[in-house]
Amino acid sequence: MKQHSPPPRLSLRGITKQYPGCLANDDVHLDIAPAEIHALLGENGAGKSTLMKVIYGLVKPDRGEVLWDGLPIEVKDPAQARKMGIGMVFQHFSLFETLTVTENIALALGDDAGALDQLAEKIRTVSEKYGMTINPEREIHTLSVGERQRVEIVRCLVQNIKLLILDEPTSVLTPQEVDSLFITLRQLASEGCSILFISHKLNEVKALCHNATVLRAGRVSGECVPAEEDTTSMAKLMVGDDTPVSTTYPKKLRSTPLLCISDLNLHSDDPFGVHLKHINLTVNAGEIVGIAGVAGNGQEELLASLSGEHLCPDGKTITFAGDAVADLPPDQRRRWGLGFVPEERLGRGAVPEMSLTENALLTGFLSGLLSKGMVAWKKAETFADQIIDQYRVKAAGRHAQADSLSGGNLQKFIIGREIMQNPKILIAAHPTWGVDIGAATAIHKALISLRDKGTAILVISEDIDELFLISDRIGAICNGALSPVKPTPESSIQELGRMMAGDFSQSAHEGSATL
Amino acid sequence: MIKLEPRGERSATMAYLSPVLAALLTMLTGLLLFTLLNVDPVEALITILYVPISDTHGIAELCVKTAPILLCAIGLSVVFKAKIWNIGAEGQLLMGGLFGSYIALQLIEAEGFWVLPIVLIAGILGGMFWAGIAAILKVRFHTNEILTTIMMNYIALNILLWAVHGPLKDPEGFNFPESALFGDSALLPVLIEGTRVHFGMALALLAVVAVWVLMSRSFYGFQIKVMGMDAGAARLSGFKEKRLTYFALLLSGGLAGLAGVGEVTGPIGQLIPQISPGYGYAAIIVAFLGRLHPLGILLASLLMALLYMGGEMAQISLGLPLALTGLFQGMLLFYLLACDVLISFRIRLNPRKVKTSAPLTPLASETRG
Repeated sequence: MKQHSPPPRLSLRGITKQYPGCLANDDVHLDIAPAEIHALLGENGAGKSTLMKVIYGLVKPDRGEVLWDGLPIEVKDPAQARKMGIGMVFQHFSLFETLTVTENIALALGDDAGALDQLAEKIRTVSEKYGMTINPEREIHTLSVGERQRVEIVRCLVQNIKLLILDEPTSVLTPQEVDSLFITLRQLASEGCSILFISHKLNEVKALCHNATVLRAGRVSGECVPAEEDTTSMAKLMVGDDTPVSTTYPKKLRSTPLLCISDLNLHSDDPFGVHLKHINLTVNAGEIVGIAGVAGNGQEELLASLSGEHLCPDGKTITFAGDAVADLPPDQRRRWGLGFVPEERLGRGAVPEMSLTENALLTGFLSGLLSKGMVAWKKAETFADQIIDQYRVKAAGRHAQADSLSGGNLQKFIIGREIMQNPKILIAAHPTWGVDIGAATAIHKALISLRDKGTAILVISEDIDELFLISDRIGAICNGALSPVKPTPESSIQELGRMMAGDFSQSAHEGSATL
Repeated sequence: MIKLEPRGERSATMAYLSPVLAALLTMLTGLLLFTLLNVDPVEALITILYVPISDTHGIAELCVKTAPILLCAIGLSVVFKAKIWNIGAEGQLLMGGLFGSYIALQLIEAEGFWVLPIVLIAGILGGMFWAGIAAILKVRFHTNEILTTIMMNYIALNILLWAVHGPLKDPEGFNFPESALFGDSALLPVLIEGTRVHFGMALALLAVVAVWVLMSRSFYGFQIKVMGMDAGAARLSGFKEKRLTYFALLLSGGLAGLAGVGEVTGPIGQLIPQISPGYGYAAIIVAFLGRLHPLGILLASLLMALLYMGGEMAQISLGLPLALTGLFQGMLLFYLLACDVLISFRIRLNPRKVKTSAPLTPLASETRG
């Protein structure tokens, strides 16, 4: 399994980190050899982020030691980690939009950056060597998300790198971009660099990684060689035995339009926002339409015009069963029968410091919880209890504050709250983002059964696997434009990937991106 | 070494305990201060906190002082819940007093039960008008209400001074900056014979109940709370942000205006330059000291009224400066803000030893009862 001769590049021995109310890491052991691509697998909240912050010197562990090339060391801060040859690519990039690639990298390197023109030259050579061409003179805001990630990776490579840590690097990439990232990573590893690849996507881990360490609830729940395992057995390590990990749902094709968007154009006021261009979309009663897309391609703007947070002057742009609604505020759209699950569950979907009862009232106020302007608190409490009960929300009770719930349970509560108001149209943004597999399955089942009752459902998500699983028809949004929407069985991951990159041509052969 | 450590969740006990702790710390600092001033500290504290209310007359006067503070603070609790920082209760109070006085002087000869309600409504409208300007500026032009309301306090004060030195001055008043005495029909009736406790206290208590119902039972109050806690959620649920902003600011302005007109038609009986010794500012402290809760605000405004009386008493019998009242108010707010840190953090005396229990727990159980 492991190389015998040299000591591991990095070795973690019994790392333990206690946060108030949460044991984030509990006696974690991990070895990474030189030239090894090692996967750190685990669900959200399993302790992956804490562990990598320990390695990068951002968090000091309560117990345990870190060995570097066989010698015990204490990583005091990220600067020291960088000096040792550890590079880290975060999930959320820390780049200045208005500065160039070189300037950004120079800022990150600090005193080690040297002269800017030499650095630019180095960036050019390194990026070409690893097949990640970027122009050092370009300003960040002109780059796509995939290109920005390259900047982050190149930032690590211009130093003398021995260990590269990537936190969920594929979540912002199209399938094609994922493939080219993997080529780069394999090349790096073949030159002796160790790579710690943090992910919860089993297929990718299987395709890329030599070894895997699986975390569950802060503890190592298993180690394996991904190539020799199937995804189900790895999923079991991640979530435990009692959670079902895979299901399929029958696809339905319907023909009664409920939600129609016709030629929606929207000029975003945000200087880095996306303008919507000629969006046309129909969602029929009793079907789920899935819209894929890399973050920041107009999803927020589209969702805001659907929820009513952004009003269009021409009401006919968006119709619900023929009624013009695009100029109506959110409460009137809800009154018509719209349910809406926003991307941010704490902060828009639920008020963090309010109880579940109050959060049930937040959108449930139109379904009989008020009388003459007064809140019928008894009814609101019953409503909250029903949601908690039917959607198996794990909470201390209806009095629990929304922010005391885990992401998955709060999402079940929010989706339950929307579904129990019997919406005719439901719009869900990233419904299972950051949610554990058990909760995700429960949410998918709830959406499917709502679909079978005749609700028109629009799901906007970055998770392609999820969209293929639940959507009856599927499309992608790129740079504010919507691709043609096809029945899911007639589409493929490759085709959807092309559409996410802006190539909306219908031909089957691989075309190059047009944008 | 002392270290602050996050609790992970807000401590409900500490949220209620913090005002009590702040009051205790204020008193302790007061003791220290009096010692340094060579005044017997215990005697000074008794003079400030007990002597003013040691007889029925004192208690009656306490009610007289409480009424305007309570009215302002209960209104502020609504805007503050919406996270709109109206610092202008003082100006709104002055405008309420001015508008009410103007109408009262127009109706100086009039008699009848209808005179007083008209005067009171004029006062309420005066406060609403003044808060309304800040509301329009905020909603239309996104101006910061903290700045506009503070600045408008000074404008209100100067308009009042101009009026009382000019158009509203009593022509027969030997050129003193005072209006004529209001007619009897424009004066608030006395509630308890032989004291100055007037109908304003009843209005204040009524306002407390009304705001309590508004904030805990009505959907309007719920929307105001949601808007304050999470504007994104309010927008997504279709709550009307602008309408709620107007409502909250006009309500607090109206109540401050009522406090102002209650002063001129109650204990004062005419328009004078000093109708408020900073009640509107004190109400900000009261609102937070009372945790923005009606009951808490009632208690806190009694305490604040006592501090006003105590300051006067200390000036009379101990020869201490009247600035003492302001000093105690300031300390109270200062300690409250400091103690509020303990709602989300606990103190660790020796952070290296993990086993040290939170040192505040025994103190908490002692002072709670």
